[in-house]
Amino acid sequence: MNVRIFMASAVILSGLCLFSGCKPKNMNNAVSADAATKAFVPPGQYDEFYNFVSGGFSGQMAVYGIPSGRLLRVIPVFSVDPEKGYGYAEETKGMLNTSHGIVPWDDLHHPELSQTNGEIDGRWVFGNANNTPRVARIDLTTFRTAEIIELPNSAGNHSSPFATENTEYVVAGTRFSVPADDVNGDIPISTYKENFKGYISFISVGKEDGAMDIAFQLQCPGVNFDLARAGKAKSHGWFFFSCYNTEQANTLLEVNASQRDKDFIMAVNWKKAEEYLAAGKGRKVKTKYAHNKYDENTHTAVSEIREEVTVLDTRELKDICYFIPCPKSPHGCDVDPTGEYIVGSGKLAAVIPVFSFDKLQKAISDQAFDGDFDGIPVVKYEAALYGEVQKPGLGPLHTEFDGLGNAYTSFFVSSEVVKWNIQELKVLDRAPTYYSVGHLCVPGGNTRKPSPKYVIAYNKITKDRYLPTGPELAQSAQLYDISGDKMTLINDFPTIGEPHYAQAAPAELIKNNSVKIFKIDANKHPYVAMGEPAAKVVREGNQVHVYMTSIRSHFAPDNIEGIRVGDEVYFHVTNLEQDWDVPHGFAVKGAQNAELLIMPGETQTLKWIPDRVGIFPMYCTDFCSALHQEMQGYVRVSPAGSNLPIAFSTGGSQPESK
Amino acid sequence: MNALTKLMLASMSIMLMACGPDAGNTPSAPPKTDAGGENKTNENPAHDPERGIGKFQNVTIAPQLNASLAASGEKTFQVKCASCHKLTDEKLVGPGWKGVSERRKAEWILNFMTNTDEMLNKDPAAQAQLEICLVRMPNQSLTDDEAFSLYEFMRKNDGVK
Repeated sequence: MNVRIFMASAVILSGLCLFSGCKPKNMNNAVSADAATKAFVPPGQYDEFYNFVSGGFSGQMAVYGIPSGRLLRVIPVFSVDPEKGYGYAEETKGMLNTSHGIVPWDDLHHPELSQTNGEIDGRWVFGNANNTPRVARIDLTTFRTAEIIELPNSAGNHSSPFATENTEYVVAGTRFSVPADDVNGDIPISTYKENFKGYISFISVGKEDGAMDIAFQLQCPGVNFDLARAGKAKSHGWFFFSCYNTEQANTLLEVNASQRDKDFIMAVNWKKAEEYLAAGKGRKVKTKYAHNKYDENTHTAVSEIREEVTVLDTRELKDICYFIPCPKSPHGCDVDPTGEYIVGSGKLAAVIPVFSFDKLQKAISDQAFDGDFDGIPVVKYEAALYGEVQKPGLGPLHTEFDGLGNAYTSFFVSSEVVKWNIQELKVLDRAPTYYSVGHLCVPGGNTRKPSPKYVIAYNKITKDRYLPTGPELAQSAQLYDISGDKMTLINDFPTIGEPHYAQAAPAELIKNNSVKIFKIDANKHPYVAMGEPAAKVVREGNQVHVYMTSIRSHFAPDNIEGIRVGDEVYFHVTNLEQDWDVPHGFAVKGAQNAELLIMPGETQTLKWIPDRVGIFPMYCTDFCSALHQEMQGYVRVSPAGSNLPIAFSTGGSQPESK
Repeated sequence: MNALTKLMLASMSIMLMACGPDAGNTPSAPPKTDAGGENKTNENPAHDPERGIGKFQNVTIAPQLNASLAASGEKTFQVKCASCHKLTDEKLVGPGWKGVSERRKAEWILNFMTNTDEMLNKDPAAQAQLEICLVRMPNQSLTDDEAFSLYEFMRKNDGVK
């Protein structure tokens, strides 16, 4: 209690100090006096929600606790992570394999939690790679990347990875339209209109194991696909994609893709696409794309290159796709919890259009079309429109829902969150953000069943919000309590870059399934040392395999001799611990990669090519016990061509010195 | 330990006692130490130091060795125990196993193997051993079956036929 009063008064006091400075107007009422009590989670207590936040150009996904804003974990997904050995260990390199070879970085924009019956089920979270198009599946029992699939015929996988209400599919729409992989791409860029196509991948997700596969792709007109949402409830079976650059410009898009008053939301009848697929209407396209899966038993990624994908041409197969005009350069394309309303957020638009699923169905059956765009029927704007929210703000971007009939839309240009009633199309409340908000997150706010307690704004610009750290600043998240009529700002925390989008799930759905250890008896790694007596060093030509064990607090072996300059040394380290939260690290001097971080029961491998003669230390990098600092050893490196035999030991008899 | 330190420790323990976890979503585990596992409440106030703390309070052991059980225990020993325990009386990280089945009751050994953290936190004999070794025995997540087989292997190592 005392702590809470103290915290509250501290916030009020610091608030008073701040407000006397020159801060933006509106800020006086931005922080409520009881903010601290609402966002404060006492030491030792758990947060109410997990928040999965895209790491943007870091390529990773960050996990925060809500409401505290505590950073719980950064999950390596598309970028190497030397801290965890991800992409450096031999076992995880394959996760980053693509048709271009190993790509050590990407740009992750959108997390998407798996759903069952239109509700978050807490099993997986998906993420998209925007640069070299891929989709990743993260297993929420381990908080690790379990699978990555590359997307052929695509470039700039931005409109991704949005899921249907039973996670039948996760979609991936290409941002850059490009020529298909199986035609000659050595053509003038100015032939965009005739030669460039937009591809949308429907990735099927295994009901039990989550395994991903590209079920089919839709070949669509060449535009930029931006974001998407699946229909739900009554609109289950449909998918909605926002499209911009319907001008089909290939240069100076800032100007040239902003010409038309309306771009499109593309409505996709994916049940119909399934029928065409089953009827054999797809075209088999030769291509190359990687599929990488992490095997929990061998603790090793298996990467394969696939060579074929099935494409449905939406110009020929008439009733899959329909364009709905939408003002202007739409970004968000969000479906409300009932599945009836589709909200477009045109970055350059002065209104928020709300489309009706029922009206869209009627317009299609009445053929209320305004001609076609590149062979795809264009539904008359008014025929699909439920209504417009007038003067909502500047630069609407993205909308989430509270399940109580209200929508929350972010406004990038006017830096605010606006709450409005869907049926009445009426603005109810506004709250400033600091600054330039991108996406929003209401826990479950994209599903049939939101948890209407918080809305979180993810901001691009933080300028004067935190202590300055030179030219490069953190991005931020801001937490608003939405349990009352008015939004109240209750917390604000920096995030790793860049928090494009995020989703949140009740902790109860996830925390009890967390894996604590990997069972050593189930370890099928080909180089496991099943217990310390199995530790050994084996030379095979110029390769040396060290079957090493670690346990609090020593390695076996910890003295190794007979290594030669230029050998390829593989340290296969098995962590024999079987207790939660006891990883061991492993590092060796001069290794040109990173450390290993080995979880209990796991085996991970560091490759090391010694470049000079001498004695090389190795040690445990993750504090493991009172005698952690004793957890070390030596490798003796002799000249290339030396005939010193391999020798190794731990304690007891030492390698014979010569 | 000087008087001031003692006073500080005393007041800290009072604070700890006074600040039990709140209701609600508080995890029930008190703080852990030295990368050990979670503590658990001792629900058996009548602690028998010979038997230790845990679910094994009355175990009947046949006088003769169960050889196949001991053989399975040896396999588990190689994977989960041999890093730190020798089969002689030589101390490695932990004490050598020679004679352990004669020094300790079966219940104490089984409880220590399966309830490691609570034993290290509360059992005087286990704590005395920790003061010698200074590395907490890792909780190796042994099943009851594994623990019994390891105990049988200890008996074999001590000459039981």
